[in-house]
Amino acid sequence: MSDVDITSKTMDGMGPHGTKVGLLRVLGPAHVWALGVGIVLVGEYMGWNFAVGKGGAYAALIACWFAGILYTCVAMIDSEVTSTVASAGGQYTQAKHIIGPLMAFNVGLYLVFAYTMLEAANAITAGYLFSVVATMSGHEAALDQQPFIILVIMFLAWLNYRGVLATLTFNLVITAIAFVAILVLFVSTSGILGGGIMQHAALFEGHEMPYGWIGVLASMHFGLWYYLGIEGTTQAAEEVRSPARALPFGTLAGIMTLLIAATLTWYICTGVLPYEFLGDGVNGSVAPLFDTARLSGSMGLVWLLGFGTLFATLASANGCINDASRAWFAMGRDKYLPGWFGAVHPKYRTPYRSIVFLVPIALIFALKAPLDQVITFSILSGLLGYTFMPLNIIMFRKKWPLNSIKRGYEHPFHPLPAVTLLALCAITFFAVFLGYGTQLVAMIGFYIVVSLWFHFWRYRFVNRGAQFTMPWPKPKGY
Amino acid sequence: MELWNYLEYAAWGLSALFGLLMLVDWLKTDSTYSEDVLTSSREGELEAMAEEHKVKS
Repeated sequence: MSDVDITSKTMDGMGPHGTKVGLLRVLGPAHVWALGVGIVLVGEYMGWNFAVGKGGAYAALIACWFAGILYTCVAMIDSEVTSTVASAGGQYTQAKHIIGPLMAFNVGLYLVFAYTMLEAANAITAGYLFSVVATMSGHEAALDQQPFIILVIMFLAWLNYRGVLATLTFNLVITAIAFVAILVLFVSTSGILGGGIMQHAALFEGHEMPYGWIGVLASMHFGLWYYLGIEGTTQAAEEVRSPARALPFGTLAGIMTLLIAATLTWYICTGVLPYEFLGDGVNGSVAPLFDTARLSGSMGLVWLLGFGTLFATLASANGCINDASRAWFAMGRDKYLPGWFGAVHPKYRTPYRSIVFLVPIALIFALKAPLDQVITFSILSGLLGYTFMPLNIIMFRKKWPLNSIKRGYEHPFHPLPAVTLLALCAITFFAVFLGYGTQLVAMIGFYIVVSLWFHFWRYRFVNRGAQFTMPWPKPKGY
Repeated sequence: MELWNYLEYAAWGLSALFGLLMLVDWLKTDSTYSEDVLTSSREGELEAMAEEHKVKS
């Protein structure tokens, strides 16, 4: 070990490669948890229930658990690789070191699009929530949602601009409240403390699996909603005090939290809301947990779940701004994009140009694009990213076997998680193709075009030597 | 004018304020520091200083 402590006040963020101003290493495992769970938890509050519409309540539960296996594999693989490749950019940086530049460029774009689209979707949802509150408080005219959508994006971008510690501490508080709200709703309505309102048997009767196994397959598309974004913890890699400890700890605690939250959410909502109402997320139950609270007859639960819904939405948008800007920043730093984006604010120590640059893009999508298209674009980008991960970990273990480099975490049963992840990704691609085939083809076409642009034009500007700074031995076989 | 109409105006105003705060600070930062300093960040600093990886023979 070196005698130099880079986390000390005198050396903080500076280093031997010439960094004069670097990202600030101030985060702990709780912030990593808040980043991952914060991005995802909105999926428990809304969106997952489209899976009920696709295949019924049991199909939604099967999708919930299969997607849970998919994301557990994602979390384990990510924990191993990112605790070793501990740099901003997450999977982009992993791809750069392990596979190659073209894969890295594509993965970087998947990340930026997935998070920016999700941020836009969250802002649209927040605007909608404000309009619901206005209606409930007696406002008769239709509320103009635009200023509230813009305010959400501008406030959270400003918070991100000012520093990562405040940003993720804010996420920690509001995510914890949103998670506790689900636990309180479960305890209050399940009958554990008496006075339960669950009627699973009566509500399921006659339509346990209305479309059979094909319905289960179709549900997988929206099963992703329960966990989409947990892989975002990796973007904090360059800002945690101890990557080897904080990243695996925060990420694995995050996926465990989400498995609990997802199963409880399914149990609570399917036991109270009728299948037809629950499965229609547009004209029926837009926010199922909130609707369940309303049916409980308790004003306390209505307020708690109302705030829970808003907080989950804000936490998700906040985490997405953090993650998209880190991925964009890392690509700029390596000249995959103009190097101008690789700047760090000397006072706040954030990638300020990347944060500001992505604001108008998020605003355009939030104000001009339809919500379902924005969400689909986000899911597809995420799914492409998950498909890269099995290939990534197999090559990582092959090039740098265990004991050749120091890892913060070694995931068990390799290559079983990688093979399982690849198989579940293939099933989910088919499920997405059933509902959104045109978008899937259009999106793959888009990534082929930008890949050609990168290969024939942009690659000449990339920092080919300087981009690899990890003090690793040569990969096996090279 | 109802409360929600005022809140709409407040949301517009706050959005403009946050945008302005970022824009002014951005321009101030870019004009105060050289590009060399601002874009000097390199990945792997912690690992380079704190870790030593050796291949097992």
